[in-house]
Amino acid sequence: MAYNLKEVVAKKPSRFTSGHRMCAGCGAPPVARMILRALHDGDKAVVANSTGCMEVSTCIYPYSAWTDSYIHTAFECAGATCSGVEAAYKSLKRQGKLVENDGSQTKFISFGGDGGTYDIGLQSLSGAMERGHDMTYVCYDNGAYMNTGIQRSSATPKFADTTTSPAGTVIPGKMQSRKDLTLIMCSHHLPYVAQTLAMGNFKDLYEKAEKAIYTEGPTFLNVLAPCPRGWGYNTEDLMLINKLAADTCYWPIYEFENGKYHVSYKPAKKLPIEEFLRPQKRFKHMFKPGNEWMIKAFQDEVDKRWQELLNLEEITNR
Amino acid sequence: MSIRERLSGNEASAIAMKQINPDVVAAFPITPSTEIPQYFSTFVSNGQVDTEFIAVESEHSAMSSCIGAEAAGARAMTATSSNGLSYMWEMLYIASGSRLPIVLSLVNRAVSGPLNIHNDHSDAMGVRDAGWIMLFSENNQEAYDNLIMAHQIAENSNVMLPLMVCQDGFITSHSIENIELIEDDKVKEFVGTYKPEHYLLNPNEQIAVGPMDLQAYLFEHKYQQAEAMRNAKKVILDVADKFEKMTGRKYGFFEEYKLDDAEIAIVCMNSTAGTTKAVVDDLRAKGIKAGLLKLRVYRPFPVEEISKALSHLKAVAILDKTDSVNAAGGPLFEDVTSALYTQNVHIPAVNYVYGIGGRDTTTKDISKVFEDLQAIVADNSKIDNPYRYLGVRI
Ligand SMILES: Cc1ncc(C[n+]2csc(CCOP(=O)(O)OP(=O)(O)O)c2C)c(N)n1
Ligand code: SF4
Ligand SMILES: [Mg+2]
Repeated sequence: MAYNLKEVVAKKPSRFTSGHRMCAGCGAPPVARMILRALHDGDKAVVANSTGCMEVSTCIYPYSAWTDSYIHTAFECAGATCSGVEAAYKSLKRQGKLVENDGSQTKFISFGGDGGTYDIGLQSLSGAMERGHDMTYVCYDNGAYMNTGIQRSSATPKFADTTTSPAGTVIPGKMQSRKDLTLIMCSHHLPYVAQTLAMGNFKDLYEKAEKAIYTEGPTFLNVLAPCPRGWGYNTEDLMLINKLAADTCYWPIYEFENGKYHVSYKPAKKLPIEEFLRPQKRFKHMFKPGNEWMIKAFQDEVDKRWQELLNLEEITNR
Repeated sequence: MSIRERLSGNEASAIAMKQINPDVVAAFPITPSTEIPQYFSTFVSNGQVDTEFIAVESEHSAMSSCIGAEAAGARAMTATSSNGLSYMWEMLYIASGSRLPIVLSLVNRAVSGPLNIHNDHSDAMGVRDAGWIMLFSENNQEAYDNLIMAHQIAENSNVMLPLMVCQDGFITSHSIENIELIEDDKVKEFVGTYKPEHYLLNPNEQIAVGPMDLQAYLFEHKYQQAEAMRNAKKVILDVADKFEKMTGRKYGFFEEYKLDDAEIAIVCMNSTAGTTKAVVDDLRAKGIKAGLLKLRVYRPFPVEEISKALSHLKAVAILDKTDSVNAAGGPLFEDVTSALYTQNVHIPAVNYVYGIGGRDTTTKDISKVFEDLQAIVADNSKIDNPYRYLGVRI
């Protein structure tokens, strides 16, 4: 059946409910909501979540925005926590101690921020993926530690102004480039890895989520999730920012399956990176006279990474 | 008929785990507990258990996975030592705060630094306020028996707290001793099946574990946890009764060795109790009224019981196999003396920090402690410095 947003929304009640306390214009809630919508009707899910904005504002005792079973333990171990849940499932099922409802299966999904995934939780994620647990790990990447007040992470783009890489008179923001976590996960030779974001009618996000959740074994999704507070854009511009991230090729949309790369979105006209940078206050200093070199350096990095990805696609599909 | 065997403490612990047959084991190697996951993974490979074994990439993940598994509705176990336990520290609190009755076999070893692989109690004592029930074991038999009793204590609905069974690294973990094992079917019946009230995998209920718990509720939740620890006292004794009926082996909060008519006594935990018993026997032969209180249950701490058991002494020495480095005294000393004080028992008490980093503690050392106690009694209970060291070169 062809994807139809109206139908998906009408037929699949949201498993991530309103009433949570994430900010207006935050990119994370639509991501969580859409990914859970990709679950098939009747299937049970257990969601694991690392400490971060998503966790602290969706499950405040005695309330929960998650209609599925949910577990949060700590910042760096959503991967390991989810491993334990999945192992318990395998064990109890094998022993006949767990009987699922007719026709229903149980799926395991972890949500972690970039801090909880690229940085402090990288080991736990890598371990969980290498061990082959049947789970999907979703990184919602807002490019900084937002929950603690916008500190830089290894996902923060170069030159971004954060509270631990402030754009000062001597050092103009973060001086290091972003880590490419998606490629690191591809190097784990997982059955399915994808990078995406919420764009247009959410088709790409929905389809990649469904594929990830229903591919057997460990799968990984890296999803851009803009943050109006940390990035400094107007809350109503969330979808615009996402679109610009894709159209400038800052955030390539692609998947890695059976060892092959497939770029899912190649903008008809690749926009200059300024389009993505300009609406965001975290890059404001880059537009000061004399700082043109920063924009050029940023553009060069984006071009280089985009070309590398196209090369990977070409090589692996030969 | 029970089975007579000759096993090391690690083998005995692994066999207890095999007989318990937990649903999930997640563990990471560290000396001197490494053998436990090694033996256990052999049981898994040979189909002798139903367990899902997770060979995690760290102890932090071992405890995180145990938390996930236990919350999911499974019985989860792990084993570790020293820095492994330190690395789990954050997750130990999350296990107890989430009221998950995970069972951990802790083979005690000195915590770095500097690096040392031998026995002392700095690992266990570093987590003494983490909300775990802590049982100590003098020998292989006790390490085994404590593990067999563990789930019945931890999973009791009035308790629901994680539990660790401690034994001395190398001293008991690697020495082969005679041991009486219980038949598999009897263990199976004793341990029973785990039936959690709420669990993540329940197909008919959705739950949330580990919420953000703010000013309005955390205090009450922590109070409930403290109540559970208080409740554990009765449950530990009930389970010991049941265990005695099955095996004839008697357990309480502590063992009193020639204590009831003693004038001077030592309080200690784990293998040093064995050495102390030998010295007590020697002194008794010479007509000296020496005794021993070997503490088994360190958390919950049996305040009233321990104070009562020591109340008739003319002097007591409390032995700590770790130093709190606080210019005040070791943790066991502080717990015992605060118990005595609040129970209105006023007896001279001294502290000895001993055996750090696996330094041998011989009968000669223990005899020295008793000599010191005799001197205190002879000198009208005068104690110049209660915070002392045994066997260190100063
Ligand atoms: C071990 C540990 N270190 C630090 C923290 C404090 N902390 C909580 S959330 C967070 C940042 C989360 O960043 P990220 O994973 O990117 O999620 P976000 O809040 O940006 O959505 C930090 C530093 C913690 N909870 N635990
Ligand atoms: S601070 Fe940013 S990431 Fe956190 S909830 Fe608000 S918008 Fe979302
Ligand atoms: Mg973040």
